[in-house]
Amino acid sequence: MRARVYVTLKPSVFDPQGRVVADALLSLGYEDVQDVRQGKFFDLELSDTNPEAAKARVTEMADKLLANPVIESYRVEVLA
Amino acid sequence: MKFAVVVFPGSNSDVDAYYAASRVVGAEAVLVWHKDTDLAGADAVILPGGFAHGDYLRTGAIARFSPIMGPVKAFADRGGPVIGICNGFQVLLEAGMLPGAMVRNRGIKFVSGHVRVRVEQTDTPFSAACSTGQVLRLPIAHGEGNYFADPDVLADLEAHRQVVFRYVDEQGQPSASGNPNGSLNNIAGLCNRGRNVVGLMPHPERACEAALGSDDGRVVLASVGLALAAGGRG
Repeated sequence: MRARVYVTLKPSVFDPQGRVVADALLSLGYEDVQDVRQGKFFDLELSDTNPEAAKARVTEMADKLLANPVIESYRVEVLA
Repeated sequence: MKFAVVVFPGSNSDVDAYYAASRVVGAEAVLVWHKDTDLAGADAVILPGGFAHGDYLRTGAIARFSPIMGPVKAFADRGGPVIGICNGFQVLLEAGMLPGAMVRNRGIKFVSGHVRVRVEQTDTPFSAACSTGQVLRLPIAHGEGNYFADPDVLADLEAHRQVVFRYVDEQGQPSASGNPNGSLNNIAGLCNRGRNVVGLMPHPERACEAALGSDDGRVVLASVGLALAAGGRG
């Protein structure tokens, strides 16, 4: 079973990298770009076969290690 | 008086801290490997600068799970003086031993150079030998030193006088121009509620002899002896 965890900075945290990417896009002529927020994702291979159990485990992993709840929020997806 | 300097894989200021504690301050010092499970009877602990575990995932995120961090936490809980410098500060934040987090510098770039920090509080073991309002000229070298905390946490920090060091400009004011990385409230260093755990982004151990361009940092580690002599062990 596979799971994916998306981690992004909370909206209240300024994202300097996203800002630079937005500025670069603007300088390339993409004037419709309002803002860019950069994030990351983790793909996990799991031995679990129960999607609900897997989601609970991965949520725990995200809380404990993959994301820092002070500055980041996350979303867990369990894939078939 | 004995300092334990924790060595993580990727620490690079460990020997500088060891040198400052032993040769400059004149204390006993010992290097402790991150997989060790005791602090060798130390009276104070230094988590040094560097790039522990390659800064993978987030700065300090892996180091907080190193075996030595159990004893470091227990030592801090007993009131023992602990300072995290630069990457060590990031480790303390990730470990939840200090509130808040570090994010990428506002200007994106890694910043390296000397800054001015103003001593805001002297009732911590790492500022006891300073005077309030004293300005120290210290080097910085970091990519993620932009201190962040939610507004209520920030207000709480200020209310409990936990901001120990603040970035200031040449006039000694905590202005935007004196802030090298975008840290909220110009925070360069802070302490926990018990005041025995301190995080500091600049490197006092790299500025402890005139030959290094500044010896202003000497007072930070020299404070510990004074604090312990005054019974500041909590």
